[in-house]
Amino acid sequence: MKKKYNIAVSGLNAIDSPGPGVAVIRALREAASFDVRIIGLAYESLEPGIYMHDLVDKTYHVPYPTTGIENLFKRLEHISSIEKIDMIIPNFDAELYSFIKLEKRLKEIGMHTFLPTMKQFEERHKHNLPEFGKKYDLHVPRSEPIYTVNDLYRLPEGIEYPLVVKGKYYDASIVYNSEQAKSAFNKISAKWGLPIIIQEFVHGTEYNVTGLGDGKGNTISAVPMRKQYITDKGKAWGGISIADKKMLELTDKFISQTKWRGGFELELMKDKKNDFYILEINPRIPAWVYLAVGVGQNIPEALVNLAMGEKVEPYKTYDIGKMFIRYAYDMIVDIKEFEQISTYGEL
Amino acid sequence: MTKIKSNVAVSESGFVFNPITGESYSVNPVAAEIFNMLKENKSFDEIEKELLEKYQVDAETLEKDFNDFISMLKQYQIIDENNEKEV
Repeated sequence: MKKKYNIAVSGLNAIDSPGPGVAVIRALREAASFDVRIIGLAYESLEPGIYMHDLVDKTYHVPYPTTGIENLFKRLEHISSIEKIDMIIPNFDAELYSFIKLEKRLKEIGMHTFLPTMKQFEERHKHNLPEFGKKYDLHVPRSEPIYTVNDLYRLPEGIEYPLVVKGKYYDASIVYNSEQAKSAFNKISAKWGLPIIIQEFVHGTEYNVTGLGDGKGNTISAVPMRKQYITDKGKAWGGISIADKKMLELTDKFISQTKWRGGFELELMKDKKNDFYILEINPRIPAWVYLAVGVGQNIPEALVNLAMGEKVEPYKTYDIGKMFIRYAYDMIVDIKEFEQISTYGEL
Repeated sequence: MTKIKSNVAVSESGFVFNPITGESYSVNPVAAEIFNMLKENKSFDEIEKELLEKYQVDAETLEKDFNDFISMLKQYQIIDENNEKEV
C-alpha cells in the first residue's frame, strides 16, 4: 500500500505570471511513490488554485510575509492542528526567507520542508550574484545593487547601456538610456523595494534549467528548456526540452559546488560564442516544472521523498523535444465559495 | 567537409529540429533532400551530380543555391564546420 502524505503548497496564483503551485500539485498528484491530500496556502482570495477542487482538497489563507514570521508560524500551527500536515512546499521567492527561518520549528510540529540553507538562499541573491560567481567559479554577468536613482549616473566599470534594471524578487526591464533607467528604477522599486539591481545586458538566447539538489552535492534532477513563447512579462508560455550537455554540466557544477538543497531554476543566457551566463538562480521550483514531469523527471515527487528521508535515485534521462504549451481557462465559481475563503479564510 | 550535427534530423515534411538549441525550422523538399544527403556524408560533387540528373538546373545556379543553403545552416549552428567537436 502506498503512503499518503498531507502536503501544503503555496503559489496558487495561476495567473499570467503564474506561481508554481498548481504545476507542483499536478506533479504530486501524479507521483507514483505516494498518494496525497493537498492543502493550498493562499495569500489572496482570488488565487485560481483555491477553486480547483480536483487538485486542491482544502485551502487556507496565510498572512503575507511582511506581517512577520511569528504570524505565519501561528497560522501554520493552527492549520496543522486541523490537517496534520506532513510537508510544506513554499513556492514564492518572497516567502522563502520565512520558511527557511522556520524550518526547525515546523519540523517540531511534524511539517517537513526541503529548502536551500539560509546561506545558499542569501548567497544567490541577485545583488550577490557577482560574488557568488567568483566564489563558485560560475560565469555571471556584471551587476551591482543600487539604492538611489543618482547611482544610475555612476555606473560601475563594465556596465553600460543597454543594461537590465531588476527588482529584488521580481521584474526586469532592459533600458537603453538613463531616462528609461530612472523610470524603471522608480517603477520596480515602488513595487518590490530596494535594492534595485543593475546588470550587464548579455546579448543572446535565453534558456532555463530546473532541477533538484540533494544537499550533498548530487544532482537528483535537471531538465533544460528553451522558452518558445514569451509573455510581455517575460514568462514562458511555451517551451521545449532540449539536450544541451553544456547546460547540464553547468547545472551539475552549480549543485556540486554549492551543495544545493531543494528545487531551483537557473536562468541562463547563451551568447554568440555559445558561452552560458547565469542571469539568476531562483531558489524554488519554477512554474513550468510540469514539463520536467512530462519528460520523465517528477521533481516535486523526488523533493517530497528527500524531505521524508526516503532513498531517491537520481534521474538520468529525460525526453528531448517535448513541449509545454500553457493555456488560460475560465472557471465558473459561485460567490459562496469566494465568500467562504474571504470571510473564514478557508475553503 | 560539411557535416550536419549528428543529432539534428529532418522529417519527411521538411521539419528540422535542433535538440541542442531547441530551435526548429521548415525547409522545402529540395533542401530536405540536400539535408539528408549531407547527413549521409556525401560530398558536394556527389550531391551536385545527383541533383543535376534529377532537376532542370544549371551547375552554376545549383552551386550558388547550395552555398546559400550551407551558409544558412552554419548561421543556425546546424552543421559542424570542419567536423568541430559537438557541444
